[in-house]
Parts: sequence; structure tokens; C-alpha cells
Amino acid sequence: MTEAALLSVEGVTVELPTPRGNLRAVDQVDLKVAAGQTLGVVGESGCGKTMLSRAILQLLPKKAKLFGRVMFDGQDLVTLDPERLRKLRGRSLAVVFQDPMTSLNPVLTIGTQLIETLQEHLELDSAAATRRSAELLAAVGIPAPEQRLTQYPHQLSGGMRQRVAIAIALSCEPKLLIADEPTTALDVTIQAQILDLLAREQRRRHMAMILITHDLGVVAGRTDEVAVMYAGRVVERAPTSALFKKMRMPYTEALLAAIPKIDAAPHTKLPAISGRPPDPTRPIAGCSFSPRCRYAAGLCHSEKPSLTVAETADHQFACFHPILSPIGAGA
Amino acid sequence: MATLELSIGGEIPVTSARRKRRLGPLFWAAICWMVLVFAAAILANLLPLPSPTDMDMLERRAPASWAHWLGTDGLGRDELARLIYGARISLIVGLCAPIIGITIGGTLGMLAGYFRGRFESIVVGSMDVLLAFPPLILVLAVTAYLGQSVLYLTCIIGVLGVPAFMRVARAATLTLVRREFVIAAQALGATHTRILLRELLPNVFLPLLAFFLLLVAVTIVVEGALSFLGLGVPPPISSWGSMIGEGRESLEVAPRLAFMPATVMFLTVLSFNLVGDALRTLTDPRQGAL
Repeated sequence: MTEAALLSVEGVTVELPTPRGNLRAVDQVDLKVAAGQTLGVVGESGCGKTMLSRAILQLLPKKAKLFGRVMFDGQDLVTLDPERLRKLRGRSLAVVFQDPMTSLNPVLTIGTQLIETLQEHLELDSAAATRRSAELLAAVGIPAPEQRLTQYPHQLSGGMRQRVAIAIALSCEPKLLIADEPTTALDVTIQAQILDLLAREQRRRHMAMILITHDLGVVAGRTDEVAVMYAGRVVERAPTSALFKKMRMPYTEALLAAIPKIDAAPHTKLPAISGRPPDPTRPIAGCSFSPRCRYAAGLCHSEKPSLTVAETADHQFACFHPILSPIGAGA
Repeated sequence: MATLELSIGGEIPVTSARRKRRLGPLFWAAICWMVLVFAAAILANLLPLPSPTDMDMLERRAPASWAHWLGTDGLGRDELARLIYGARISLIVGLCAPIIGITIGGTLGMLAGYFRGRFESIVVGSMDVLLAFPPLILVLAVTAYLGQSVLYLTCIIGVLGVPAFMRVARAATLTLVRREFVIAAQALGATHTRILLRELLPNVFLPLLAFFLLLVAVTIVVEGALSFLGLGVPPPISSWGSMIGEGRESLEVAPRLAFMPATVMFLTVLSFNLVGDALRTLTDPRQGAL
């Protein structure tokens, strides 16, 4: 990355108190995103992706403890006073949530929700805000935007609702957009449309984007850099092209292998990752992936590997037995 | 990759936001009765009615006649006039007391459900104390100290309704604040006031309104019961409850004196419940389709 980072997450750790002890949802995560860049964050359910996005936005549950720094545009969001943070949210930092069924207020019309956001941050009068709302809806590919403004969320399809949610997020021209699994709740046919829409708007507005997903296929063509998360930690980080050319972490390999291939013979068994992620309230001594890793041996079970640099400086991974050659050879 | 081009700008028929739903004849009958009662209560002064407090000792418990359409009560007062003026008291208390409850209880409940923490413990704790206090004793104590009046009666019944409204509002708020749209509003930089008023209130209002209508019906009955016991409005002001109470004395001679106010009260309460139910089913599908 040549540009100065717009957002830099430094050593962020999130702990949630639970009846069974502290749950470390995010563990020492370092990330950087520059303006106009897209970072993909990939990992399976419960690996801390959403908690990471909430930590960036400072929207963690009240009881959660956050350590580390979140530098955005030269300010530390963790220590920023609440009023300035509130002004930053929505204006410079925006988010698209996973489920458009619940991220829109069910009893307010689409128009009210869009117009109020515009008025809140841009101080537009209501006629200008209405006009701009219709433009925004048109920009995200919603037909007959003027009519849609008077409708309630339940009158729209899932894909339409997600477009509205994106329109609201984009309404104030944010510098950074966090898309937290924006397509998980949608049909496959709609997924591609929404992702293309996000990519198009991101290029057009030269904003930074963090695309959080559990699908390596989603990040493949649409991101500049990918961070793979497992059990709250970043286990591999690399420019997208480098990662798909030569992944080093067995978990990344396993994730990629679990994607169905279009040219595979019918009835081919899909290689799933056996077992489940470790219980985050009871951290294990060694590498958290070791119980499920087919290359795990010796040191893997007793010591946590730290992020180390591979051949190129921007490719980092946390593994004692990285994959040296293409899939299958192993260490 | 599937590509699906959407024609932008093409006119598509948008169905109207509110579909017409069948409400049924019962609903309209209830509405008619409520309109009748409200109109009579509001226009009581303008109607050509005899005074509800003028006694005519020669015409005690007179049957229906042209002078007294529904006859007279045990003190020779016009029954119809007393029913209509009584409707005023019953409706004022029946509407104002739940309004006090919904305002205070709704506000406290939403704040408690939204901010949680110590404030919630204090609110819930004090409401539990209020709930545990026997309502009849409270009414007795208040009327004994402050005297009987419509105002005090309204206030005391209103305060007794606060815990219930608080619980409804808090329960609704608790489930709503976990919904993503509240976090989405926070992520858009909304203030606490904005989230409470614009995001949460419209959602909490529907269950509160349904409960409000139910409580109007309950309050009319409660006011009736208190007046029946002599704890309600002071005589000679009439309310349906006090009329039933007075009619009790001549139940054997003229049972209509107790049954007429009872019937009017029954029909009014039934109407409120029917309308409340209809309104709830009207708003329910939207709730279900969220």
C-alpha cells in the first residue's frame, strides 16, 4: 500500500463478559485500509468479524471491553469524545448490515429514513433532501424512486431493501463503508448485483470499503487485500491476487477447498472443514486452528504462531507449517 | 454471475400503502355506539334535558313518560339526564386516567428499556412497590385525605395504571433495541433522543395503543366499582357506577334503575374492546411481516 492508511486498526482486542468467563471475540487484530481501497475480511461464523466491525464503529455492546487503537483520519476513535464520534458516524463512517429485513425501521417509510439521515448530517431543507433521496435510490438501481419513498420496508423485496440500506449508508458520501456480510441474507442471484453495486459506488466515490464475508469467492474479484480471520485473530493477510496465487495458511486453503467448483464431477463430496471453531471462552494453548488442521504437529499444539512475513512484505500469515507449494503438498 | 438488469425509470404500479381490510358490522356497531355516547356526553348541556340533580319527590321511581323518557330514580331525578351526565364522568375518568398512565408509564418504560442500568432498576423497583400496594387501600387513603373529586379520582386511577404501561413499553423497547435498525441508526450518528423518538416510539406506540384501549374499558369499570362503593365522585354528581349503587336500594321495586346504567356501561366497555381488538388485528399483520 502506497497511500497513507485512512483507517488503521492497531492491536484491537474485544472481550465480552459471559457467565462462563471472558470471551475474547477479537484478539490483537491489526488492519489498514487506504482511501479507495477495499479490504476483504473472511472467516466462518463466530470468528469475530462482526465484533471487529462493531469495534471500528465503537458500537460494541455496553459490557464489552475494547483494547488497542482505531485510528481513522488521524483520530483515535476509541478515545474520541461521544459527540464528535456521533458526528463522524454516518457522515464519514457508514455501515451496511447483514440483514436488510431488520436493519430498516419497519414503521417508517423509506423516504423518512433517508430524508432524516440527510437532514441530520447535511443540513438540507426537506425539498432538497427529498430530491437527493430519490437520486440516491435511482443510483442504487431502484426503479420508480419517487414512489418507493412513500413505501414501508415490508413492501419491498430483500434485494430492494438492501439497496435502500446501501443508499442510506452512501447518503452522506462517507469516506469508509463497512459492509458486514451485505449479501448473506439475499438470494444468490441478487448477491452479485449488490456486490457489483457496492464495488461500482466505491470506485465512483473513491471511498475505502471493508467487505466482511464468510465467502472467499465474494472477496476474490472485488477486493485489493484480504484478511482471513479465525477465532478472533487474523491468520493470514495478503493482497488478493497474491493470496489466491499462493496461500500459506492451512485454514485459508481449507476455506477455499470448501467452495463448490463448477467443473467438479456431479456428486463429488465437498471437502468440509471437520469439527468446530474452538470455544472462545476457553482459549487453547497452541494455534487455535490446530485441532482441525491436517498439518498440525508438535509446536502447533503448545504455542501460538504470530503473524510472520512471507516472501513479500505485504503477505503475512500465522502458521508454523505453512503451505509451501500449491494445495495438497503440505509441510 | 447472474446479471439482471433493472429498467430504471420504468413506471411500475405501486399498490397503495394501506390495503382496505374488512372490519365487519360488529366493529361499525361499536363505533356507532361510541359516537352516540360521546356526542351525548359532549352535547349534554345543549340537549333539551331536565337537570340531572332536580328532585321531584312526587315522581319517585316514575315509569317512562314524555316528561321523563326513561323514568325517574329513587329521588325523582330524570334517569336519562343522569345517564348522559354520568357518561361525562365515566368517559372523562375512563380516558384521562389511561392518558396519565400511557404518558408517564410509556416514557419511563422506554427510557428504562433503552438506557438500562441503574435507572432501569430504580424504575422497575418502584413500579413493583406500586403494584404490590393494594389499589383499593390506596384509593381509600387518598379520598380520605384529599376528599372525593373527579380530578383526584382520575389521577389516582391514572397512577395505578402506570406500572402496567411501563411494563408494556419496557418489554417492547427491550426487544426493539436489539434489532439491527437501532444499531444502524447509531451507526448513522443518531442521537439518543432521535433514536428514542423516531426509531423506537413509532414501534412501541402500537402495542401501547392497543393496551390503552383495553385500559379505557377497564377504567370505566373501575370507576364504576369505586363509585358503587361510594369512593368515586361525590353526590349529587352522577356516574354510571354511583347510579348502579343507588339503584341497588330499589332493586326489588324498580330493577331498571340498576340495570339501565349497567347496560350502558356494558355496551360502552364492549365497544372499546371491540374497537381495540379490530385496531390490533389491523396493525398486527404489519408487525408479523417485519
